[in-house]
Amino acid sequence: MECPGHSPSMPKSNSHPIDRRRFISLGAAGLGALVLRPAAARELGDSRRPYGERSPLEQAARTFGTSSTPATGSSRTPLQDLYGTVTPSSLHFERHHSGVPKIDPNTHDLLLDGLVERPLVFTLKDLKRFPSVSRVHFIECAGNSGREHEGRPGENVQRSHGLFSNSEWTGVPLKTVLDEAGLKPAARWIVAEGADASKMSRSLPLDKVLDDVLVAYGQNGEALRPEQGYPLRLIVPGWEGNINIKWLGRIMVTDEPFMTREEAAIYTDLMPDGKARWFTFVMEAKSVITRPSGEQILDGPGSYEISGLAWSGRGRITRVEVSTDTGKTWAEAHLNGPVLPKAATRFSLPWKWDGGEAALESRCIDETGYVQPTRDQLVEIRGLRAGPDGFNHYNGIKTWFVHRDGKVSHV
Amino acid sequence: MFKRNIFFLLGVLALTATAANLARHSALADSNGTRLPKDRANAAETARYAVGRAAMAADFAKHNYLVGPKGTGLPKGRGTAVEGRAIYMQSCVACHGLRGEGSNDYPPLVGGQGSLKTDKPLPTVGSYWPYATTVWDYVNRAMPYQTPGTLKPDEVYAVTAYLLAMNGIVSEALELNERTLPAVKMPNRDRFVPDPRPDVK
Repeated sequence: MECPGHSPSMPKSNSHPIDRRRFISLGAAGLGALVLRPAAARELGDSRRPYGERSPLEQAARTFGTSSTPATGSSRTPLQDLYGTVTPSSLHFERHHSGVPKIDPNTHDLLLDGLVERPLVFTLKDLKRFPSVSRVHFIECAGNSGREHEGRPGENVQRSHGLFSNSEWTGVPLKTVLDEAGLKPAARWIVAEGADASKMSRSLPLDKVLDDVLVAYGQNGEALRPEQGYPLRLIVPGWEGNINIKWLGRIMVTDEPFMTREEAAIYTDLMPDGKARWFTFVMEAKSVITRPSGEQILDGPGSYEISGLAWSGRGRITRVEVSTDTGKTWAEAHLNGPVLPKAATRFSLPWKWDGGEAALESRCIDETGYVQPTRDQLVEIRGLRAGPDGFNHYNGIKTWFVHRDGKVSHV
Repeated sequence: MFKRNIFFLLGVLALTATAANLARHSALADSNGTRLPKDRANAAETARYAVGRAAMAADFAKHNYLVGPKGTGLPKGRGTAVEGRAIYMQSCVACHGLRGEGSNDYPPLVGGQGSLKTDKPLPTVGSYWPYATTVWDYVNRAMPYQTPGTLKPDEVYAVTAYLLAMNGIVSEALELNERTLPAVKMPNRDRFVPDPRPDVK
C-alpha cells in the first residue's frame, strides 16, 4: 500500500538542484539576521527498508561457548541489556540438540494420533483456521543457573540466568486441536515430537495439556524464528524449556509417559540419597537483578535504579523484595505491570548508592505464597550431586556485589 | 439426483453454525460428494471445526519413531551384543570410545553402577537410565550424532544389546527383539521418585 505523502515518485534532492537550493535559502531566511551565510544542510537520513534492523551502535548479543558439536548446545539472552519484559526474538535464548532444521511451512504438517477417535493431519494453514490466542509466557531452560547450584556462580547475568526469555506467543490451544480428534477414555498423556534431526520428544500429562498448552506459530507478532521452532512449536506455560517441543511434527495421545531420554534421564534431578526426581516440570518462582549486575560499572555515588526480572511457573508474581545489605533488610520493589501469569515481570526500586560496598539481592513471592529460596536452603535439601546433565531446576537468590570503585561482580 | 439434492442440502446447512458440527472429517475426505458422511449422527458431540484431514498410512509411515516403555511402537527386528559390537565399532566408537567411556562433549555410556550415592556420581545408560526401551528409542531417533536415522531396526537392537552387555545388564548371547527388549530390567529402574516440590519450606 502506497502512502501518498511518501510515494516513490517524490523528487530526489540530488536530481533537482533548484528545489534543493530553494530549500536551503528558505532555511537560511528562517534563521533571520543572526546568520550571515546559509547554514550547511542537514544530511538526509537513510531510506526505507523492508525489514528493520536495530542501530548498528547497539551490540547486545547472545553468547555461547565453543563445542565439538556446534549444532548441539545453547546460547544465552543478554538480560543485562534488555528493557521491559519482552525478549526481542533475535535475542531469545537457544537450545538445540541437533541443530536448527530448515522447514518449509507449506509442506510441514502435524500428525495427531494415538488414543483419539480420529487420527488427523493438520497443515499450518489448517491450524490457523482454529480460533487463535496470544499469550505472554517465559521459557526457561531447566538448566538455567545450574552453575549457581553447583557453586560456580555466573560472572554476569547473561551467564548466570541467560537461558531465560519471554515472548508473546500466538497459536491455538492444544485442547482445541485434541477436541477435533476426540480423546478416547484411556487418554492420560501426550507425547510430542519435533521434526529436527534428532526428533526431540517429550511426554506431557493430559491435565496440563488441557489447561493451557498452546500449539504456537507466532512469536512477538511474526512467525516463529527458526531457532524457536519455525514453523510450529509447543508452548507449555511455566514448565521447563525442553518440554516446549520445537519444530513440532507429531502428537501422540497415550495412556502413559513414553520415557524418552530427556524425561527419563537428562532432565531428572539426582538427590543426596542417590535417588532421582523425575517429571519435575514446573520452573519455580525466581528473580534476578539485571541492573546493576555483574561486570557493569557504576559512575560514582548517587541515584540509580535497581531493576530486574521475576517469574513463576505456578502463576503470577505478587511481590518482589530487594536488599542492598546481603539480606539483612528488604524493601518492596515496584512491579512494572502488567503482571501476567507464568510470564516475566519487571521490578524496579530507586536506589541511592553512597559509594560504599553493597550486596544486591532480590527475592520474589508468587500467588501460591511460595518464596524464592536461598542457595543454602536448596543445597541443604537437594545436595550437590550432578545428574546426567548437571544441575536443573535451580531457583536460588542471586547476589551482586558493588565494590567501592563502582565495579559490580558476582559473589 | 436424489443424492445431489442431499448434498446441496448439506452444503446449505454447513453455512449455519450448527452444521459446522455435522461436517465430519470422513465427509471432508470425500469432498467430491460421491457418498454420504458415514457417521454424521454423533458428529455434533465431537468434531467442532472440521479442520484437518484424516491421517493415512503414509502419515504413520513418516512418523514411526515413538517407542514406549511397554514396547509400544517397537518394530520387528533382532540383534545380539556380538552383532552390536561390530556396529558400535563402525558408528559409535569415534565419539563414545572403545569401552563406552565417552570423550569431550560425548557422554560416557558405560559404568557408574553404585556411584550415584557417592560424591562423584557417574550417571550413564548403565547406572542411571531406567528403561531399556529408552536406549533403543534414543539410538534410533538421534544416533549416530552426525547421521541420525541411518541405523536399521536390527542394527538398533544389536547396538542396544551391546551397550547393555557392556554394562553387565544382559548376557552377550541374549537376542534383543520387540518382545525381549521391554522385559529387560534396568538396575536403576526403581530409584526415581515423583516431584515433591515445593520442597523448601
